[in-house]
Amino acid sequence: MLSLEPREVLSKISKMGVSARFMEVCGTHTVSIARSGLKKLLPDSVKLISGPGCPVCVTAQVDIDYAIALARQPGVIVATFGDMVRVPGTETSLLEARASGGKVEVVYSPMDSLNLARAHPKEEVVFLAVGFETTAPLIARTVQTAKAENIPNLSFLVLHKLIPPAMRALLALKEIQLDGFILPGHVSAILGSKPFLFLKEEFHLPGVITGFEPDDILLALFMLVKQKREDRADIEIQYRRAVRPEGNPQALKVMEEVFEPQEANWRGLGIIPESGLALRQPYWDFDARRRFPLKIMGSREYPACGCGEVLRGVISPQECPLFGRVCTPDSPVGPCMVSSEGSCAAAYHYEEHP
Amino acid sequence: MKKEIITLAHGSGGRPTQDLIERHILPRFDSTPLKQLLDSALLECSGRLAFTTDAFVVHPIFFPGGDIGKLAVSGSINDLAAVAAEPLFLSASLILEEGLEVEELDRVLESMSRTCKEAGVALVTGDTKVVEKGAGDKLYISTSAIGVRRQIPDPQPALISPGDAILVTGPIGEHGMAVLQARESFFCNLELQSDCAPVWPLIDSLLKAGLKINAMRDPTRGGLATTLAELARESGLCLQAEEDKIPIGETVRAACDMLGLDPLYLACEGRMVIILPKKNAEKALTVLKGHPLGTQAMLIGECLEKPEGVALLSTRIGGRRVLAPLSGEQLPRIC
Repeated sequence: MLSLEPREVLSKISKMGVSARFMEVCGTHTVSIARSGLKKLLPDSVKLISGPGCPVCVTAQVDIDYAIALARQPGVIVATFGDMVRVPGTETSLLEARASGGKVEVVYSPMDSLNLARAHPKEEVVFLAVGFETTAPLIARTVQTAKAENIPNLSFLVLHKLIPPAMRALLALKEIQLDGFILPGHVSAILGSKPFLFLKEEFHLPGVITGFEPDDILLALFMLVKQKREDRADIEIQYRRAVRPEGNPQALKVMEEVFEPQEANWRGLGIIPESGLALRQPYWDFDARRRFPLKIMGSREYPACGCGEVLRGVISPQECPLFGRVCTPDSPVGPCMVSSEGSCAAAYHYEEHP
Repeated sequence: MKKEIITLAHGSGGRPTQDLIERHILPRFDSTPLKQLLDSALLECSGRLAFTTDAFVVHPIFFPGGDIGKLAVSGSINDLAAVAAEPLFLSASLILEEGLEVEELDRVLESMSRTCKEAGVALVTGDTKVVEKGAGDKLYISTSAIGVRRQIPDPQPALISPGDAILVTGPIGEHGMAVLQARESFFCNLELQSDCAPVWPLIDSLLKAGLKINAMRDPTRGGLATTLAELARESGLCLQAEEDKIPIGETVRAACDMLGLDPLYLACEGRMVIILPKKNAEKALTVLKGHPLGTQAMLIGECLEKPEGVALLSTRIGGRRVLAPLSGEQLPRIC
């Protein structure tokens, strides 16, 4: 089956005659779907909905405000992936904080924060650890290196989140009707397939772990449609070149050593138990929240911003009243329009709209 | 030996400035108006002129495949080339940060001189200023250029017609990625080279072959996608490119996948998007491929009547998506 041309897979999906709605929970999938124009190639009966798959987008407003407040502290350099820089907080963004004198450095790897801290021994470097399971092991390794090399001026604002608990919370809300999930390839390369078995056991929903090429996603859709027609609910792996059922034991071990699960605040979903990561006690010295106990008051999202509903799949980006009018990539109102993995940005950039 | 560095005295206008000009700049450029050292360059030329200016603040000033000097000369020449103007005269203003090593300045000047020769342009006037340490980042360059327009009518978006072919002269995104490589240590083992080059000789070969060009633009900041979006908006037509025809090097593609960047938005500094009547497309492609700067030129798409004013991409799997202009910064200070 792997050698099939995309057009053949599409025709097979059409011939199944199944009516279904599938959700992807990975921003890279969202972007790949939009970039390839895949939605319009599918039969009308098969719908794709984006879920809470963009780590920057699901970061709560109060946490964005905290990061901005850090950047405004004298002697503090905030190190972050580029996607966070333009996300609007309640009053301002990291970009604006930088323009008015705050120190914000864009890095491409958490390991870069080590070099940044070494290069600025008289300043405090805070790395904004935003991401899902994919990047958590690398952050964990960076924290371990900082401790082993005794780098005193580096700390981490850990905003990492875990995908399976968010999916469970989303399904428990019963706001939307779904027939299955396109499961994230990178996250699953770390976690394996077992953490997704609850879909089958608790919700009788199928899931297919897939890669990021449009061809991969098409094959996953074919597998989902087939399961739906056969009334099966299995967790299958299409992305066998990268994912094993047991995941990546070394990565899981380092994550386990450094982090423990704790409740986390998700934009759109609120506080979900055991859905985030916190540094374990031996690493507390590197916890930015302990080092800089700032009080953030009055955080709120822009009124009428639909990011919450978009992240829950309740509305499509184009159904948000602000989309493309008040909220554009040049003057974004919510994070989904900013992040390169956000579904509003993907819809604005790649899909035709008035 | 102690390294010679630029100090504020080099910008004083007095003896150290004179020394900098006479020892480091003049010997590198074979240009009578420059060597006269008058307040203005005295020039002779007649005809239909084009005039352009650009500023360069790339960080770092040296990157694989180029440096700020080569970039500054190429940038203005390429802007002239985009309107089919043959570059004749160039001016350059250097803003030096105190503490810049003279050896680095020499390398940049050497590179400017080489690039001028390649493109057949004369540096005829210039200026040098020095700012305090911290007030700049080593070296900024601003160049202006005058050229003679070689095609009637001048290539411009208004001339684009439905059915025209869209060509690109080589693989895209290599400059943007090479600058990123120079900044980020984790890239050290990737073989990337900026495409930075003056493209006039390539465009000249098309004009000499008698091929009429409807419009051109060099896909610098914002990359190919932004350039196509701009040309679509300005012409009021639809510019449609085919994803699998766009030349992108394997290394650029792999690095983009890793970083989540879209190669269609990465800057080029030695490429040109060329739009001409379809009947001339094959011949143009042959001419381009016969020139060292255009060996990997490709026909990437065509111009359609509708939808008006947008650029579209036909994707490999048969889908279609909009190419919107770049918003925000994908990578800051790449040129």
